Amino acid sequence: MRHQSPVAALVTAAAVLLLAGATSAAAQESHIGNLTGHAASGKKLYRRYCVGCHGPDGDGNGENAQWIDPKPRDFTAGLFKCRSTPTGSLPTDQDLFNAMSRGFVTTNMPMWLPLAAQNRADLVAYIKTFSPRFATEKPGTPITIPPEPAVTIDGILRGRATFQKLECWKCHGPTGHGDGPSASTLTDSKDNPILPYNFAAGLPRFMCGATNQDVYRDFMTGLDGSPMPSFADQLQPAEAWDLVHFLRTLQPLDTPEALIWRQWVATHGSELKPIGPDNGGK
Amino acid sequence: MVRRFAFLRFSLLGFFILALAAPRAAAASGSTGGFAVAARGTSAAYANYEAAYAAAAHTNAAIPAFARKYGLACSACHTAWPELNAFGQAFRDRGYQLGNEKDSPIWQNPSYFPLTARMTPQWHRESANQQTVDVVPGDTASGTVQRTLTESGFDLSGMDLWMAGTLYKNISFVLLPSSDENAQWHFEAAFVRFDNIANNEWLNFKFGKFELDNLISEKRFLFLSGNGGSYLSYHYVPPGEASNDFGIGDNQIGMELSGHSENSYTRYGLAILSGTDGNPDIGEAPSYDADLTLSQAWDAGALGVQRLGLFAYLGQRPTYYETSGGAAIPGTGAGNKGFYRVGLAGDFFLGNNLEFMPFFMHAYDNAYLGTNTPSNVALPAGAQAPTWNGAFLESHYYVNPQLVFLGRYEAIRMSQQAVSGTPSDLGNQDALSLGARWYPIMFSRAGLAWDGEWSIVKTNTGGPAAWSNSVMIALDFDF
Repeated sequence: MRHQSPVAALVTAAAVLLLAGATSAAAQESHIGNLTGHAASGKKLYRRYCVGCHGPDGDGNGENAQWIDPKPRDFTAGLFKCRSTPTGSLPTDQDLFNAMSRGFVTTNMPMWLPLAAQNRADLVAYIKTFSPRFATEKPGTPITIPPEPAVTIDGILRGRATFQKLECWKCHGPTGHGDGPSASTLTDSKDNPILPYNFAAGLPRFMCGATNQDVYRDFMTGLDGSPMPSFADQLQPAEAWDLVHFLRTLQPLDTPEALIWRQWVATHGSELKPIGPDNGGK
Repeated sequence: MVRRFAFLRFSLLGFFILALAAPRAAAASGSTGGFAVAARGTSAAYANYEAAYAAAAHTNAAIPAFARKYGLACSACHTAWPELNAFGQAFRDRGYQLGNEKDSPIWQNPSYFPLTARMTPQWHRESANQQTVDVVPGDTASGTVQRTLTESGFDLSGMDLWMAGTLYKNISFVLLPSSDENAQWHFEAAFVRFDNIANNEWLNFKFGKFELDNLISEKRFLFLSGNGGSYLSYHYVPPGEASNDFGIGDNQIGMELSGHSENSYTRYGLAILSGTDGNPDIGEAPSYDADLTLSQAWDAGALGVQRLGLFAYLGQRPTYYETSGGAAIPGTGAGNKGFYRVGLAGDFFLGNNLEFMPFFMHAYDNAYLGTNTPSNVALPAGAQAPTWNGAFLESHYYVNPQLVFLGRYEAIRMSQQAVSGTPSDLGNQDALSLGARWYPIMFSRAGLAWDGEWSIVKTNTGGPAAWSNSVMIALDFDF
């Protein structure tokens, strides 16, 4: 057995300590653009704004959690729905910042945009201290979202076929009402019942944003902690965009996709086979 | 608050009453006490004394019903309740909605009821000098003398019963029956509001009785005591004037168009209001007032969100009425003359702990209003439009969300008296208020605050200055 010299041992120990310290320090800070958030400041803000739902330990067991559906996020698990990073990886600080600023539609998580950006950055830094993952792992690399192609009826129809093929309808329902055959059985990572997104509700926002890019990102990264998986391995970018355009037609809104879709259905609707288990084609 | 002063419009019309104005909001809801009533109208400083004796009067807007609905702690929307922070302001501007598509009452448990009750048991001490009393109590022939009167004791505030919430997505309401400490009720606020008209956050419409869109709200501020529990500037009436009892701090009746950016950093409000200072009777003034407010906030990094705003209130009041047997007939007001209040206000933070709220207002009343002269007769010699300036600086130091220290200095300065030759400083006022509020509980169901205040007001009377001061210790609870 080879013995390490005392000097080398000291250097190694110092390096380990420095690395650990640096990692820990990184977990105590957030970096959003040119903002640096500090966990110490965030702790005070967390007490003011967040503790009622997310709890003093960040485990989602705040005093009000028992009344909330869906339940508040458990920060200790280090699982976050809205990310720009691949499934299973940590979100970037910007992801957490965006989620906090935007809020989550159909939940109790409000839009904290009125808070000063520095405050939100501080809160991000503090939220990261709840999970040991942030002390030992780096965030994933954000996925690349290619430019959105023009909306065409052919693309929408391809997206519809993808919706059928990937069995999105099992949760979201054949018409996007969130009433698929599996919908009632879904649970999140903490075994709490969870409902799939109801496109037919006509909400102007999705869970992780309002734009087509946000929808694209949702199914290419998955919503970790929920039953919504990542389809990054099953979808090519073009297919993903087609699916985005089809999903827009499920909304009772006057989106460009919906207008094209309605026009086409008015003359070709009889050619469509219903989405579901018996669908065999178009 | 409003009705109590309505009598002035008629009984004092046309006369120059040398009684100084006072913080009427506090007086209106407050206790007067037996000997205070006996002294009514006998002293120029009496009004101040009456105000100083007022029990804490709050028609303030800290609404735990919202906290219960959304599960947010008081501190989420309030720097210290009832004062709103930037998030609370945005919530209010959206029509009491978070905007997460769960605001409609259909999402609520049917047992949920949007009701909030607020009251403030207290001990307070009130003292005022320059009070005209009989030399021998009960002997009106003994002459009068100026004395300092002081009283103290346990007391109650008035009570607010807030009902507020959404009727539907983007349709909300507020109903606020409010009583004085003797359970004399009135409607302090009652309105329906439509938000995001045509999916546009710049188009929101409110109809009913509501608070003016004051950047520094007196309905949501942190002082409660008789002297400190109102802004002098918001209720000031210049010496001798009785024709115009408008107060920019009083809730008004009318309609308001308002709008805001997504984060409510940019805001505007334009209101058309009955010229009745919030009195629900339509007959008191055949005129309409207008109120315009603009404010812009900006994110100053580590300093926090800063806000600066402008306001302009333009109004008219009648100067005479048709009479019957010499008595004014309600609803027949004529000879309207104008007045305005313009100014600016700010809400500035130095980090998350220190807040400064400066306010400045310039005020003008027409000479006919200032001298209580019917416009169908000539102005008395030397009559001119009274003008004055009001300003204050209020500061809060938030040790944490559950402890805040308060301070405020306010000054009123007459810049032109209604009658030339009147001492230029007659009616000038200075006020200093200090206090602290401690919230032993801070969660999403109810609120409790220990409130301690000291405040003092000096009023120039033309002779020795009149002083009044208040000490108050209270438990302010809100469920």
